[in-house]
Amino acid sequence: MADKVFISLQNNAEAQPIITAILADNPAAVLNESPGMVKIDCPSRLVIRRESVEAALGRDFDLQELHINLISLGGNIDEDDDEFVLYWRT
Amino acid sequence: MAKKLGLKERYALLTRGLDWETTYQPMDAVFPYDSYEGIKIKDWDGWADPFRLTMDAYWKYQSEKERKLYAILDAFQQNNGQLNISDARYLSAVKLWLQGITPLEYAAHRGFAHAGRAFRGAGARIACQMQSIDELRHAQTQLHAFSHYNKFFNGFHGFAHMRDRAWYLSIPKSFFEDAMTAGPFEFVTSISFAFEYVLTNLLFMPFVSGAAYNGDMATTTFGFSAQSDESRHMTLGLEVVKFMLQQHEDNVPIVQGWLDKWFWRGYRLLGLVGTMMDYMLPKKVMSWAEAWGIYWEENGTALFHDLGRYGIRLPKHHEVAAKEKQRLTHEMWTVLYQYGNALSLHTWVPDDEEIAWLSEKYGATFDTLYKPRLLFLRAAEQRGERYYNNRLPMVCQVCQIPIFYTEPDDPLTQCVRIVEAAATRHHCCSDGCADIFNHEPMKYVQALIPPQQIYRGEAGGARDIFEYAAWLHLERDVDTGEYRGSPDQKNWDAWQEAHKTKPANAA
Repeated sequence: MADKVFISLQNNAEAQPIITAILADNPAAVLNESPGMVKIDCPSRLVIRRESVEAALGRDFDLQELHINLISLGGNIDEDDDEFVLYWRT
Repeated sequence: MAKKLGLKERYALLTRGLDWETTYQPMDAVFPYDSYEGIKIKDWDGWADPFRLTMDAYWKYQSEKERKLYAILDAFQQNNGQLNISDARYLSAVKLWLQGITPLEYAAHRGFAHAGRAFRGAGARIACQMQSIDELRHAQTQLHAFSHYNKFFNGFHGFAHMRDRAWYLSIPKSFFEDAMTAGPFEFVTSISFAFEYVLTNLLFMPFVSGAAYNGDMATTTFGFSAQSDESRHMTLGLEVVKFMLQQHEDNVPIVQGWLDKWFWRGYRLLGLVGTMMDYMLPKKVMSWAEAWGIYWEENGTALFHDLGRYGIRLPKHHEVAAKEKQRLTHEMWTVLYQYGNALSLHTWVPDDEEIAWLSEKYGATFDTLYKPRLLFLRAAEQRGERYYNNRLPMVCQVCQIPIFYTEPDDPLTQCVRIVEAAATRHHCCSDGCADIFNHEPMKYVQALIPPQQIYRGEAGGARDIFEYAAWLHLERDVDTGEYRGSPDQKNWDAWQEAHKTKPANAA
């Protein structure tokens, strides 16, 4: 079984469009909810696309705004202006 | 107008070419610490922060986090948020956090300021600078959040005084002082990688989620706010490890040795966090064993598989941690319970509902080994003979945890390892700690061991545990001891009663 990457976000109104976009763009992603937070696990690779978040949010979004509601993550990161990718090299 | 620069270009401009080669003094004289550990660096430009955070973005997002956090803390304080927690017993976990963890945040602030000065690469220096500022923010926000509880509950007042004096706080303190007295590469590996990437998810995710579940809006908010910084630190930790491994093959065994050491030290420290989750949260989210399964066995090992390409293997003794996960917190709680006269927090025997939860989570191990002990302690308490061990324990020369853990393959036999160096004998709690001692014996023979110092009269000449607690500025059975019957419990019950029977603004 492929190792899973994960991203965890605060479970608040600001983070909902980001969570929606992640789940839409990563069909293998699984949402796990705990009090106050969500943890999204995905085999091998997970991508957050700026355009998808903007569509869900209805305004411009800078991917670095992720930091405000980000709790934790697991995986190597590759980030540019359009995509934030988490991945394992195994 | 020129096109706005992309993220990668902005980060490159910040971290490449802004520094310079020194001319009055050779670089090796200006940066003496980044070579003596034996780490070989061919090209400092091989270092990149994957988040590519520039200073303007850093200030922008950090200030936004602070505004959010302090708005919530204001609301919490104005609305008597302390009355909305699940039970006043919950605050033992918060007291332990304040006493044990908050000073570590401040130590991390100092440590990263030092490490940042020691690295000759600009990318590494900037990452350390941001982390140093973050850690100071964590210490401050935690103190601000907890200060509200200090107005209503006992045991919060003396954390700064106790840091250098309380026997149980030498566990976290010695962890950080070990890291800070290492070289800069080991320091960053120990804190950003081993501690933050591999282990602090266990503190900031399941425990803070537990704080949310127990109605503690203040801790939830600063906890998640701090962990968003930690996710940058974890990324720095992974980056520094990959950077060292990519720069030279000679670095691989050095890094592996640090991963072995700091995995074990971090794991030992987290026994306290596991105990907070299993015993101090009145409403429980997830057991220590479950959290260990998710955050170490699943997420942590994925990270090591990724590093396998460089020849890195899982840290030594990880299999011992797996064997101990069913018993770690039960053994630790019994220790805290019996030394309760020298703790600035309350302990208790779990109620029936909690014991049922522990049975459900830990099954036969709990039912046969630990439940009978809890029931024995409860019966003693009900007879008016609440058990206290009014001495101080022998503690491990490395992790400074009392030597009470059991053999990996035999939960009924105490695990003790005797090591020797400089014509003296010392005691360790495990093979993991004995390995660490034997690798650098002349470092660990210097450790000041609190119970030994206290018995030597170095604790204000205290002759027994009560005089020692007084020297810590602790009031007996107010700050210390059993929860049931404590002023914290009596106040809590009275406030809950008042809350039920009167409108909130009644005179």
